[in-house]
Amino acid sequence: MNAQKDRVRNVNENPCNMCMPLGAIVPFKGIENAMVIIHGSQGCATYMRRHMAEHFNEPIDVASSSITEKGTIYGGEANLRQGLDNLIRLYNPRVVGILSTCLAETIGEDIVGTASVYQQEKGHSPVPRLVPVPTPGYGGSHAEGYFKALVSIVATLCRKTRKHDGINVIVPHISPADVREIRRILELMKVNYTLLPDIADTLDSPYTKVYKKIPAGGTPLEAIEAMADARATIQFGETMDDDLSPGNYLESKYGVPLHNLPLPIGIEACDRFLALLQTLTLNPVPEVLQKERGRLLDAMVDSHKYNREGHAAVFGEPETVYAISRLLVENGIAPAILATGSAKGHLPYLLQQLTAECDEKALIMMDSDFADIRRHCAGKGINLAIGSSDGRLLTEREGIPLVRLGFPIHDRIGGQRILSLGYTGTIMLLDQITNTLLAAKYSHYRQDLYQRFYPDRPSSMEQ
Amino acid sequence: MAMNQPDNFDIQERQKSIRTKGRQSQPINCQADSIAGCVSQRACVYCGARVVLNPVTDAVHLVHGPIGCASYTWDIRGSLSSGSDLFRYSFSTDLREEDIIFGGERKLTRCIDELAERYHPQVMLVYSTCIVGVIGDDLEAICRKASLQHGIKVIPVQSSGFSGNKSDGYRVACEVLLRMIATPEDVPRQAHHLNYLGDFNLAGEAWIIRGYLQEMGIHVNVAFTGDSSYETLRTAPTASLNIIQCAGSMGYMAKRMQEIYGIPFLNISFLGLEDTVESLRRISAFFGDPLIASRTEALIQREMAIYGPTIQNYRRRLQGKKAAIFVGGGFKAISLIKQFRELGMEVVMVGTQTGQPEEYDTIHQLVSDGTVVLDDANPSELERFMLEQGADLLVGGVKERPLAFKLGRAFIDHNHERKHPLSGFTGAANFAREVEETVCSPVWKYLDK
Repeated sequence: MNAQKDRVRNVNENPCNMCMPLGAIVPFKGIENAMVIIHGSQGCATYMRRHMAEHFNEPIDVASSSITEKGTIYGGEANLRQGLDNLIRLYNPRVVGILSTCLAETIGEDIVGTASVYQQEKGHSPVPRLVPVPTPGYGGSHAEGYFKALVSIVATLCRKTRKHDGINVIVPHISPADVREIRRILELMKVNYTLLPDIADTLDSPYTKVYKKIPAGGTPLEAIEAMADARATIQFGETMDDDLSPGNYLESKYGVPLHNLPLPIGIEACDRFLALLQTLTLNPVPEVLQKERGRLLDAMVDSHKYNREGHAAVFGEPETVYAISRLLVENGIAPAILATGSAKGHLPYLLQQLTAECDEKALIMMDSDFADIRRHCAGKGINLAIGSSDGRLLTEREGIPLVRLGFPIHDRIGGQRILSLGYTGTIMLLDQITNTLLAAKYSHYRQDLYQRFYPDRPSSMEQ
Repeated sequence: MAMNQPDNFDIQERQKSIRTKGRQSQPINCQADSIAGCVSQRACVYCGARVVLNPVTDAVHLVHGPIGCASYTWDIRGSLSSGSDLFRYSFSTDLREEDIIFGGERKLTRCIDELAERYHPQVMLVYSTCIVGVIGDDLEAICRKASLQHGIKVIPVQSSGFSGNKSDGYRVACEVLLRMIATPEDVPRQAHHLNYLGDFNLAGEAWIIRGYLQEMGIHVNVAFTGDSSYETLRTAPTASLNIIQCAGSMGYMAKRMQEIYGIPFLNISFLGLEDTVESLRRISAFFGDPLIASRTEALIQREMAIYGPTIQNYRRRLQGKKAAIFVGGGFKAISLIKQFRELGMEVVMVGTQTGQPEEYDTIHQLVSDGTVVLDDANPSELERFMLEQGADLLVGGVKERPLAFKLGRAFIDHNHERKHPLSGFTGAANFAREVEETVCSPVWKYLDK
């Protein structure tokens, strides 16, 4: 069975993904003292800033090379160089991501070449490390942009010096709260780690008396450089092709063994993560985590009967869709529709393996949009949707309640604070899912049963 | 309050676009291209065109380009509709690598065909994005052919992002609207009918104004473009007056409609009590009908009796607070300065993304000495002047909101996403309430400023 690619349509109706450069901004926001410039027209940077600011509720400063008509005809290199000059003066960063756009790529801009010349020419003054990432908007979804940036970051910044016993931990596009939870688990397991990218504090920064244009936090440059010499890499990125896998890059280039895992959502994935940490560190799982695990099991049992009534549609970035699907299967919720806007990667294969034994056949949709998702939801008894706020029409038009998770969350507050991984995060998510099913049940079970069974009811119910 | 990084501001080219009233007398530099790397808050041509056209409710809005441009503009605005909601759907040709290599024309044609068949719209607007301008798809020809084939209006919107700034996008949108309303023969002029330009019916604002005018005995043919449809837009040429709220986006439209249809126009503003009262009286005076005049006065008297005291109540709590403004267009900044005055507040910083020279002149006249006026500001400048000028509150859009909050300042959402109306008498009261709710919230006292 292949993944559904039933878009006989050419038109994309209500998109389930964003473009590459947006995804590529995020990892740079998770590097200490880093800035990003988008080589394209002014609108790209502004739109992406708006999209992200509304989700994270944080200032998102992203520079633009502001290519105009002239730049489009004669080349935009001068714009990019001026842009670098100005942003370095304004922000004084240590690392600068240079992201291209569909415009820059189409007019043949060489951001790698420009970056290298710029770095050499200005070598005498403290120039930040430049990391060019070709991210044409037509080249893939934001999920691919995210991983592409990570590959460029490790490829540009890592350098081999001396072996150390640290462990690289590479995370996909998850919330700052999720990143904090991974850090907490690593610390509880006494792991010496480098987490990349670390948006825990930068995209969910605490209020401080003095505002910093580049918020404190993020993975330090030196730590990234040393990732080449780490003992192992743990990457939560099973769905990405090898060329978009920073862990694969570190393994093939520097021989750092890669452990690719699903995101630790659900009992199995959390256990796998903890088991690996135990193996790598030889440290026991501390009591606090054992208790959290026990509570998750308890929660699963408490809710299992309600959950069996769930028929879910899941959509979002491949890594998240895979992790959530695993959670559903573990808990007896039917993973009825599993969709992503991304077109590439291992997700279809992974989902087929995962759902092979399910009673209800899962519909797996790659390269999909919300017109597809909605069409497949209609009349299929789907009573739960899990994904970003872009799924709001499923509620508005089909009456399917939406558990908000992933990116973007634009119609509710606190997208940056949603915690859904680790044993504790899983409990929170699972309770939310179960309670969404229960809320629906409580809102109409009296009426449903009356309608169905009360023998003397009038033919058409008033109210 | 001192800046923590005083050298932050060291971008020479930006100095011409920043003026402190009473200290610098040269006119402000505006309408220039944004400077690379300065983190401008402006968007692009496509953005300008999309903002203006998107509220046409029954049109298919098809974005020709890679997916991003459609994703970032899908149903993000608060325009309300009394009819179709097709405008809330995002349609994109979702161009991929192969389309860039071989051209996007065939895919575009297929997309238009699909949409025409599925939705049967009377009008389809096809927006070009950056790369369409580069790969050379002939939008005009494709749209012409599709119009004939499907018997509907398929109109290209030449909005390649790089081909100017947001203001250029407004002009592109106006050209498209002119095409939509074009009539082959002379149309009869209807007395007491007007068009309302530059209101996008955010949170029902155009409905509020339509209600006032109706009460005065004046019919609104159509608002450009809030809650408009192909049919209602087509009635525009029969109006005897155009009134313009958002001059930045619709000033050009009004001038062109005067040239083509001989329809005169008035710049008005329904933001704040003062401007609302004055605008209603000017509209009434234009028609010179005593019945309209007496109804107008009755309306003003009634509404002022309700909302005047409300505003006064808020004024007592807000007197002396300082406001900073950074909004899209000049007209809005001007109205806001007056609105803050109604609330007893002083404006200490005012800037716009795309204000015009004459609007900056007006701003300069309205503000007091020491007020910083700036065009196309960036976050560094907003931060610096909010702190230096001691602003208690910022008015702005989504991107500016988190910055204000991080600086511990109150914030007013004066953007297209808002969910409550800020126009007319009721809107002025909403505005005052929003200012009070944010400035006087208990949360600020816990921040260590």
